[in-house]
Amino acid sequence: MAKFVISRRKFLTSASLGVTGIMLSGCDAFDSQLRVGDGLRSFLEGANGLTWRAQRLLAGDSLAPEFTEADIRQPQRPNGVTAPDDDVYKSLLANNFADWRLDVSGLVEKPLSLTREQLMNMPSRTQITRHDCVEGWSCIAKWTGTPLSLVLDQAVVKPQARYVVFHCLDTIDRSLSGDIKYYGSIDLIDARHPQTILAYGLNGKPLPVENGAPLRVRVERQIGYKMPKYLRRIELVDSFAAIGGGRGGYWEDNGYDWYGGI
Amino acid sequence: MQSVARSQSTVGPDTAAPKDATLIYRQSRWTRLTHWLWAISLFFMLLSGLQIFNARPQLYIGKESGFAYNNTIFAIGAENTANGPRGYTEIFGKRFDTTGVLGWSGPAGRETSRAFPSWATIPSYYDLGTARVVHFFFAWILSTTLVVWLVASLVNGHLRRDLVPRIDDLRRLPRDIIDHAKFKFHHTREYNTLQKMAYGGVMFVLLPLMIITGLAMSPSMNAALPFLNDLLGGRQTARTIHFVVMLLLVAFFIIHMVMIFAAGPINELRSIITGWYRTDPPAHGSKTPQRGA
Repeated sequence: MAKFVISRRKFLTSASLGVTGIMLSGCDAFDSQLRVGDGLRSFLEGANGLTWRAQRLLAGDSLAPEFTEADIRQPQRPNGVTAPDDDVYKSLLANNFADWRLDVSGLVEKPLSLTREQLMNMPSRTQITRHDCVEGWSCIAKWTGTPLSLVLDQAVVKPQARYVVFHCLDTIDRSLSGDIKYYGSIDLIDARHPQTILAYGLNGKPLPVENGAPLRVRVERQIGYKMPKYLRRIELVDSFAAIGGGRGGYWEDNGYDWYGGI
Repeated sequence: MQSVARSQSTVGPDTAAPKDATLIYRQSRWTRLTHWLWAISLFFMLLSGLQIFNARPQLYIGKESGFAYNNTIFAIGAENTANGPRGYTEIFGKRFDTTGVLGWSGPAGRETSRAFPSWATIPSYYDLGTARVVHFFFAWILSTTLVVWLVASLVNGHLRRDLVPRIDDLRRLPRDIIDHAKFKFHHTREYNTLQKMAYGGVMFVLLPLMIITGLAMSPSMNAALPFLNDLLGGRQTARTIHFVVMLLLVAFFIIHMVMIFAAGPINELRSIITGWYRTDPPAHGSKTPQRGA
């Protein structure tokens, strides 16, 4: 075989051409196969189920890290909808949520309709935790609320229930069939996790509107989009088929993974 | 010289005998398979990772991101100037104009504000949800491949024979650096010292660090392994390390390509596809001991 003799210039030219070629092939070549519902996309999404099972196995019922007062160095950064423009919400807010109720429905023995006072009279949990947004940022804050498990116990969950769906008051999107209000869901393991609370307090004060007043959920072992704000109703279901686009949440219907522990 | 003898007999009769003495079976099927699985995974992980970064094109040091205070050490963004919108990259508070590539890019007249340009991300348009789907799928492939490679390399001796540094490697290092700088390559059965350092560094430092810092960003893994972030200096520091290791892996990839082109791309590619590698004739490489394959 002939020995490769290659000049430095020739070599640098071909090397840079090679690298450029590889980079250019990346851009939009895969776009068409990655839309929600496409075969390749659905195949890749299978990894989320694997992650869900693996993390359930590894994390068990362990608690998310909690921090100290000294770690609270700034107000909780709000994200997503920060001032709902919905008439229903605005009238509830005008009345300081006196007419607001949290309904618990679906696969439960005793449907509930709880006032804010009733929730606040239940045993509460306060925790200083780190909020991790799907975008990549984190923010530490102190949350106070009613453990979701207490509410579920009061409603008595039927054995066939598998998920807790949160229905919210804020319009996140508009479609031809009307306004889409935020919705999301978690499994019963996270719903019954001791740190999963229906929060009405933030950093020692009532929960502000931008952070989800009157009530938002905290799911400390998942990413921020799994913790809906402006809660209106909790529904116990055995499948997502009748919820929005059928993938378990607003962001999920827009291509985000349902399990947000990563 | 065992390997040489075996090589000759496996190659077949149609190739001339004296030439074949230099053709050796260098890369096992496990090395080749895992190499290409990594190549594919790293490609997708890089491009989807840059898309994920675009959602928050800032890097911080600490447990959280400072909004009421400043712990940002790196940022890519766009700003309006007298000359129209410009892209910038800020490193430790020092700002560079990176219009066209970082911060502000796109086809002429249709530029948009985005950290990494669309040719460097999957998907090419902004879609964080899809990038996460792609990223986590290939994270599984990459990590599984690393475990498979480690087990296979322990069993078939690749690790002990080819990667573990020896006293000899240290002695040869200065010579090796000079040879590389002169683009003078010795084609032998063994990896040279710089190769061992580069491959060993990727397998035992960069990839594990990438996986660990990746896991440290997962809230669920933080519950399972709370010490991880304490060790790394907080979730946002872990994210910053994840990004820096990405840069090091890209640097490795560029050098890897340069070396392949310089050392003879056909021979190098053949060895990582078929396993067969043409070594230098003994006259040139007599100093190098030949070890059995």
